[in-house]
Amino acid sequence: MDKSTVESAGTPAPRDLAIELIGIDKRFGPVHANKNIDLAVERGTIHGIIGENGAGKSTLMSILYGFYHADSGEIRVGGRPVHIADSQAAIAAGIGMVHQHFMLVHNFTVLENIMLGAEDGAILNRGVARARAELQRLEKEYALEVDPDAVIEELPVGLQQRVEILKALYRGADILILDEPTGVLTPAEADHLFRILAQLKQQGKTVIFITHKLREIMAITDTVSVMRRGEMVATRRTADTNVEELAELMVGRRVLLRVEKGRSHPGAVKLSVRGLSVRDSRGVKMVDNVSFEVRAGEIVGIAGVAGNGQSQLLEAIAGIRPAESGEVFLDGRPVAVTGYADPALLRRLGLAHVPEDRHHMGLVLPFEENENAILGYHGGSEYVSGPFLDIDAIRADARAKIDKYDIRPPDCRLRTANFSGGNQQKIVLAREMERDPIVLIIGQPTRGVDVGAIEFIHRRIIEMRDAGKAILLVSVELDEIRSLSDRILVMFAGRVVGERGPEASEGELGLLMAGIEGERAVAARPEAVS
Amino acid sequence: MRGELPKWVDYGLLPLVNLVVAFLIAGVVVLLIGENPMTAAYLLARGAFGSGYGLGYTLFYATTFIFTGLAVAVAFHAGLFNIGGEGQAYIGGLGVGLACLSFDTLLPWWLTFPIAIGAAALFGAAWAFIPAILQAKRGSHTVITTIMFNFIAAAVMVYLLAGPLQKSATLGPRTRDFAEGAHLPKLDWLFSPVGIELGSSPLNISFLLALLMGVLVWVLIWRMRFGYEIRTQGTNPTAARYAGISETKIILAAMTLSGALAGMMALNPVMGDQSRLQLEFTEGAGFVGIAVALMGRSHPVGIVPAAILFGALYQGGAELAFDMPNITRDMIVLIQGLVILFAGALEHMFRPAMVRFFAPVAPRVRAAATGDTG
Repeated sequence: MDKSTVESAGTPAPRDLAIELIGIDKRFGPVHANKNIDLAVERGTIHGIIGENGAGKSTLMSILYGFYHADSGEIRVGGRPVHIADSQAAIAAGIGMVHQHFMLVHNFTVLENIMLGAEDGAILNRGVARARAELQRLEKEYALEVDPDAVIEELPVGLQQRVEILKALYRGADILILDEPTGVLTPAEADHLFRILAQLKQQGKTVIFITHKLREIMAITDTVSVMRRGEMVATRRTADTNVEELAELMVGRRVLLRVEKGRSHPGAVKLSVRGLSVRDSRGVKMVDNVSFEVRAGEIVGIAGVAGNGQSQLLEAIAGIRPAESGEVFLDGRPVAVTGYADPALLRRLGLAHVPEDRHHMGLVLPFEENENAILGYHGGSEYVSGPFLDIDAIRADARAKIDKYDIRPPDCRLRTANFSGGNQQKIVLAREMERDPIVLIIGQPTRGVDVGAIEFIHRRIIEMRDAGKAILLVSVELDEIRSLSDRILVMFAGRVVGERGPEASEGELGLLMAGIEGERAVAARPEAVS
Repeated sequence: MRGELPKWVDYGLLPLVNLVVAFLIAGVVVLLIGENPMTAAYLLARGAFGSGYGLGYTLFYATTFIFTGLAVAVAFHAGLFNIGGEGQAYIGGLGVGLACLSFDTLLPWWLTFPIAIGAAALFGAAWAFIPAILQAKRGSHTVITTIMFNFIAAAVMVYLLAGPLQKSATLGPRTRDFAEGAHLPKLDWLFSPVGIELGSSPLNISFLLALLMGVLVWVLIWRMRFGYEIRTQGTNPTAARYAGISETKIILAAMTLSGALAGMMALNPVMGDQSRLQLEFTEGAGFVGIAVALMGRSHPVGIVPAAILFGALYQGGAELAFDMPNITRDMIVLIQGLVILFAGALEHMFRPAMVRFFAPVAPRVRAAATGDTG
């Protein structure tokens, strides 16, 4: 009996593996991003990888796609050990990747984008013809219709994602990695994506699906692997597990998936927005005649697919972006929102703002933590003495907030960029909530934040509500809107197309978000938004 | 800037490596023209630091570069690239000259000096204010406008010195010599006690003023509310808008401060050395200031040594050209150019290698920046 038969006798049912990772280990300085990871993905399945932010999912996939090199470990594709030096090598090995942020050239057509990097020589004619033919074949085979001559920026996000998938298939991918693919999609678009993935699976392709959303794992995957703090903690048949178990595996303890909150007791109107219209820098009307009120002690949630004017609405109310027309009243006082508005003045009047994009707006990442803990309030009398900053007071204040919000690591001198997403968000929340504002506007409170921190953040938002703050919440996470809000407004194409209670079903809100019930809802708006 | 390095590497080792490479290449050039690079390096160092006279000149040049380096750094912190230090210094010199010509016969130097400081700062600031307001209100990029203003400044000075301010046609385009009341004292009293004789070198009290400005810039940028706003605007303009920091105010203030610092540079050559206003006393110091600021990481603690280094290159280079006839004045400019190239333009060339090398001790920025989407 030779050696190989002994081995196959030891592993009775040899599976047909598309990808096998053995002992992958990767460090970034003191951070052990991937600890001795083993992963086996069967051919022709959809394999989910779930984990909190910073669990190491993206690092692992980046190693597989050749962006990083593992410090140790082996990658096998189709049973063969391969060395993936860069993304070219990954593509040659049949691995394609659909990134979270699309890698498309906006003013190119679909066809041009698909050819990019595979042009077939300096003269394009021949390549274009070949690409067009191949594209038609792929579209037919996988039911992925896209107009090859459409310009990318004119396509909705769902179709742009389809182009990314086509790009990978065009390069001959047998194994498709999708990194958080549903973050930018409406529920309907996500469903469509899932149908495409099922189709790909039927055609024998292997799909690796990375997400932090448990629901999606349950809906689409055959197998699921859970990562936590750089380790692969479990792999389960999706059919054999459930949401609670997966959540516990992800976080390492039991988590409350539902936000517990009592009834709201709305008081006087604290924030009143009337007929607000905002244009973006290109002159496109992003917010169109929006009116609503937020009362003390209630949370008003604004649901909608990203890019339907929510960002501009928040920025206009916060005085960051001048509105074209309309009025805003803060605690009964009119504040200037057209022309030049002063965010500093609004802060003094009691408006706190947790911006949607903490990296670009809410924080100055190269600054020390304590410097960010005063951003916007840096002129406050407790932080300055004359024209000088009171460094001791600023640091003491930062340390107190670090304690109260359990910000880790608890070091107020650390560069802000070195904190994880969840802790960065806590820095912003601590800054804005601890000022005891009258009105709190919050954008995407838990974007890029891990499950453990989400629970904490949601609890703090409810506490603020119960303390009598008027809270305006914008989120693209429908679950978040539904579980936190006392009233839900749905925005579509710059308009509030409907108001619902928190008991509204996902399907109902989803239709509003997609603008399908838009006509009817707009007609009913005067009553809906009183 | 991807990848974070330990501070001592970022601020110490990296500039040093850049410098060593610049000198190595300069050494090869010296070799090619048939001279011994080691001898050349020795002569350069001796010329710059080997005598009290040499040291005096080195620090005299350094004084000039500290002012212009600080000027560039202040604008940098606000996210602005002021490459008009040359012109602002030139016009600053006009302020110094007018102050001196007006008061040198009336007041002692210690009364003329503060007036001249004020005039230098004011004139330099005014010259920077025009590009600043064009940037703030009209979005005209300071890189374009400030460099254009250098040419305008040069033309204005030629007009004035060959016209209204000219003493006599026979002496050429310059003012009359300043009287005693506008002569800055030398620093012999500071160096003689430690046994260094500065000789006839022009090192004067504006060196101390430059160091004081270094301290004040540090206080402004890292200890004052306004400095915090400058850094916020310069690092993340979106966050500055969010925080209610007025971009217009920051641009105007940072550029005028920058221009004032550049203008004060003129005190050193005009009042401290030449004792008259003449053409081209700036000698490119405004541009050297860019390299000094880059090399010194826009921090006064880095700018002062970087300025001394460039001062040493100027002084030691002149000596070297004298001692080694094969090495012409142009060769010295070449060496200075190499240092500027490696310290400034190619500053980030060795950085990725350093990041890889020091990865085990570097903080976890890469992981936070790239790994946390997963």
